[in-house]
Amino acid sequence: MIRAAGLWVVLFALWLLLSGHYQPLFLTFGVATCTLAVGVAYRMGTLDDESAPFHLAWRAVAYVPWLVWDILRCNVQVARTILSPKLRIDPAIVHFRASQRTDLGKFVYANSITLTPGTVTTGIVGDDFEVHALSKGLADGSEENEMNRRVTALEGEAS
Amino acid sequence: MGTALQLLSWALILAGAFFTLVGALGILRLPDVFTRMHAAGMTDTMGAGLILGGLCFQGDGITAVRLLLILVFLWFTCPVSTHALARAALQGGLRPLTGTAAQRDVAAQTPASRQDP
Repeated sequence: MIRAAGLWVVLFALWLLLSGHYQPLFLTFGVATCTLAVGVAYRMGTLDDESAPFHLAWRAVAYVPWLVWDILRCNVQVARTILSPKLRIDPAIVHFRASQRTDLGKFVYANSITLTPGTVTTGIVGDDFEVHALSKGLADGSEENEMNRRVTALEGEAS
Repeated sequence: MGTALQLLSWALILAGAFFTLVGALGILRLPDVFTRMHAAGMTDTMGAGLILGGLCFQGDGITAVRLLLILVFLWFTCPVSTHALARAALQGGLRPLTGTAAQRDVAAQTPASRQDP
């Protein structure tokens, strides 16, 4: 029930933000639409930790800035690789072991890997992540271990 | 709006344009679909991120929040589409060039080595 209420609040906030109309008629439409959407999600049985991961919200505040900084760093690295006349690349498929316990955690980790340029997650079997790297230096393990550790911390104790 | 903010805004937009350009250059220079995905990823993350970040200073507060929302949705969907592309390529039987093979492929495209017998 808390999750349904949380989802409703988020949806309505998004609706208010994007609509920009605050007359009673439009607000009524917004309330009705959000209620309908939450009702449908409830009936479909998709109101779980995966669709409404509010338990991650406050820990994500710490993770997102680190991820943005990492994306920035990797972008500069890949840009330098592309601009260098010799184009020194060393593409490889590497394997990482993920320590996340939940599917949601693995999803966040896999997307974080893909979001940082130079590495793309191409497959996940259980704990084993198959990653394509532009050069082995971009995926030497130390970097990914750090990200793995942080995503596992993001998962937290609960769930 | 202050001149300093205007300058910051333009610096961010130009930096974003630069990264988008480098991403495009990477798509041309890199040898196969898997390495090119990394270059395309640059335009998604840094290119779009810096340009949207710069545009945030050009409107009022609510416009800035909406632009940041675009960025959030973009950063959620881009990895998914990139992953789907990689899966499709692997499924279709494409194998990524690795290590020295990729280097040789790049070398074959440079004019200097083309004159070699």
